[in-house]
Amino acid sequence: MRDINKLSELHQGKSALVIDIHSSDCMRRRLQDLGLIKGAEVSCLQKSPLGDPVAYLIRGAVIALRYEDSSCVQIECCEV
Amino acid sequence: MGLNKDSMGLNAIDMGLVIKKAHASDRVVALGGNPNVGKSTVFNELTGLRQHTGNWPGKTVAHAQGSCTYKNTGYVIVDLPGCYSLMAHSAEEEVARDFICFGGADAVVIVCDATCLERSLNLVLQTMEITQNVVVCVNLMDEAKKKKININLQAISKKLGVPVIGTAARSKKGLDDLMDAVLQTIQDISRRPVKIQYPDYIENAIFNIEPLIKEACESVADSRWLSLMFLYWNQDIHRFIGRNIKESFFTDENVFRILSEVKNEFTSQRITERQLKDDIVSSIVHTAEEICKDAILFEDENYKNNGSRIDHILAGKWTAFPIMILALLGVFWLTITGANYPSQLINDGLFWIGDQLMVFLGWMHAPQLLTDMLILGVYRVLAWVVSVMLPPMAIFFPLFTLLEDVGFLPRVAFNLDKCFKKCRACGKQALTMCMGFGCNAAGVIGCRIIDSPRERLIAIITNNFVPCNGRFPTLIVIISMFFAGSATGGGASVLSAVLLTAVIVLGVFMTFASSKLLSKTVLKGMPSSFTLELPPYRKPQIGKVIIRSIFDRTLFVLGRAAAVAAPAGLVIWIMANVRIRDITLLAHCSDFLDPFARLIGLDGVILLAFILGFPANEIVVPIIVMAYMAKGNILELDNLSLLKQLFADNGWTWITAISVMLFSLMHWPCSTTLLTIKKETQSIKWTVISVLVPTIMGVGSCFIFTSLARLIRAYF
Repeated sequence: MRDINKLSELHQGKSALVIDIHSSDCMRRRLQDLGLIKGAEVSCLQKSPLGDPVAYLIRGAVIALRYEDSSCVQIECCEV
Repeated sequence: MGLNKDSMGLNAIDMGLVIKKAHASDRVVALGGNPNVGKSTVFNELTGLRQHTGNWPGKTVAHAQGSCTYKNTGYVIVDLPGCYSLMAHSAEEEVARDFICFGGADAVVIVCDATCLERSLNLVLQTMEITQNVVVCVNLMDEAKKKKININLQAISKKLGVPVIGTAARSKKGLDDLMDAVLQTIQDISRRPVKIQYPDYIENAIFNIEPLIKEACESVADSRWLSLMFLYWNQDIHRFIGRNIKESFFTDENVFRILSEVKNEFTSQRITERQLKDDIVSSIVHTAEEICKDAILFEDENYKNNGSRIDHILAGKWTAFPIMILALLGVFWLTITGANYPSQLINDGLFWIGDQLMVFLGWMHAPQLLTDMLILGVYRVLAWVVSVMLPPMAIFFPLFTLLEDVGFLPRVAFNLDKCFKKCRACGKQALTMCMGFGCNAAGVIGCRIIDSPRERLIAIITNNFVPCNGRFPTLIVIISMFFAGSATGGGASVLSAVLLTAVIVLGVFMTFASSKLLSKTVLKGMPSSFTLELPPYRKPQIGKVIIRSIFDRTLFVLGRAAAVAAPAGLVIWIMANVRIRDITLLAHCSDFLDPFARLIGLDGVILLAFILGFPANEIVVPIIVMAYMAKGNILELDNLSLLKQLFADNGWTWITAISVMLFSLMHWPCSTTLLTIKKETQSIKWTVISVLVPTIMGVGSCFIFTSLARLIRAYF
């Protein structure tokens, strides 16, 4: 069973695979350049003290995304 | 770009890129790479230049170039802004892409991060599509080793078809190999770099378009790549190729026919623009994955968790803000405590030299007027500026650079981002504010790291709310005189540091307030998307940091201050000594300003000092002191209590002191900063607004504070 969620709903310490990105063209491209394409693995590292943005591990680099942006990324949770 | 002699002050206004070759035979090497992979370090090690390096992304926002000689060949090395891609979605990408395409580089070195090489290869592959003369420099090999990442450079080189050199630029390892590879690449053109295989429909389209492009723009970049970009930008050829294409391309019927065919083919296969773009990007990323698959081995499964333990504290829910405040407090405490003694020594020494100079001039039978002008006017202001500014700066800059080097600043941006979002601004504004601590002009230039033009303007206009090093001494002197003076010993410096921190926090708060105000009025809009990379923590290179920050930042800033202070000293001396109807010119001006200045808790002299301090804020206090002295020159002031006495005699109270601090924090930017703003925004309107916003805020808060304080004093 596929469990599709938003990246913004990913819990701290959990990993997931990217299914699709629904952001605006520019942001979409930026995320893709960071390696966030379909099938890429992403994990949630930690929230900032005020809860937003959240730091994610994407292909070995730590990238912080705001809620608005991470909620545009569709993910499929997986056990990694 | 950080704070050094090339990025601060007037040099900050960059003049576009002109390659400065010493000899016609010099080779041009472009240095590209993702942000924060140590590009500037490689650049510095190769050229011996001291471009400021720091552990945060987006530091190099403009071109830097330097030269070096290796094995009898001269090289001009151009440091390009860091970017993730060459598809040109941001200013940095455009600059980097244009230079690689049209800059005439003999070779392009792409610096990669060994700890996330796969991602870095994205840029390498894109660059290889433009030019064959690519050398891959896998930097931070030492860090990768620590994280137990095993990289087979030969295997990667073989798959890529270009040289791949491992380096650890911070410890100067591998740089000779890098230059050898560059030399080889320039001499030998028989390489076969890997080509990215795109889906069939894209390959077909490229096949059809490539001959047309080849015809229309000879000798510029790779035609396969140009064709791909042509598809990518939906046929908007000007977006990527500018003036480098023949006019006939747009009128040729044959071109028109083939383009329609390609378009129809896409439509019939139901290929949307979005899918096309996705497929192009995915092909590149998958190629990078393929190349790294067997060549990189993560021996330690837990490598991912590096640094996250520190982050849980530095960006923890309850610890983040206290730690940020404590860091600020600690830096200020060390600065104030440490600066106390040398300041006194330098002051005594310089005034002693002044006295000797005076004796010397007397012995030379120099006219009295000249002696007075030079020694009492020019020299004493200069001496004051040096003795007050040098010690705190020589301590503050290295400390701040250490924080920068460790990687603390991006965490500050991470922690504060939500506040910026609430103000509809960009989180990277926190980074530009940190640059503002050194020099607001440098901070304004640093705003280039913000992509959204609206948010960038907000950051530019509000940068002045961070006190630069020109204003720190004013704040420190006033705090030590009026608020910390009564406490003794260690208590005094702690209290000073607390008060200074409070002033900075107020500045940050005013930044939020004015950002929000701007977002709701002249710069309406919603916060835009952005990504902030949090680089791994790195052990700071303490020795290097101290030497660099003293020589690059401190002495340079001091030199600038002195250059402004000397002529200003002369002007003030003249103003204080030329009399009209028995009143000095200085008194005439300050009397005129006095009624208004009193309203906001200052007096005419102080306001005049701020106005005369327009070229450099450092000279505000010297002007005040000079104006208060009846003789119109700075007397030897052995200690702060004498200075305080002088101020008190001229009607200063704690209300005046706080008002001066408020006004120092919030008033018009200095002339250099304004010139930079004009250059960066290309608009008189925004330059004027950059003057108005802090000035109005400053006058307003001084007025409100003074009125309240006077009310309280009157009734209690």
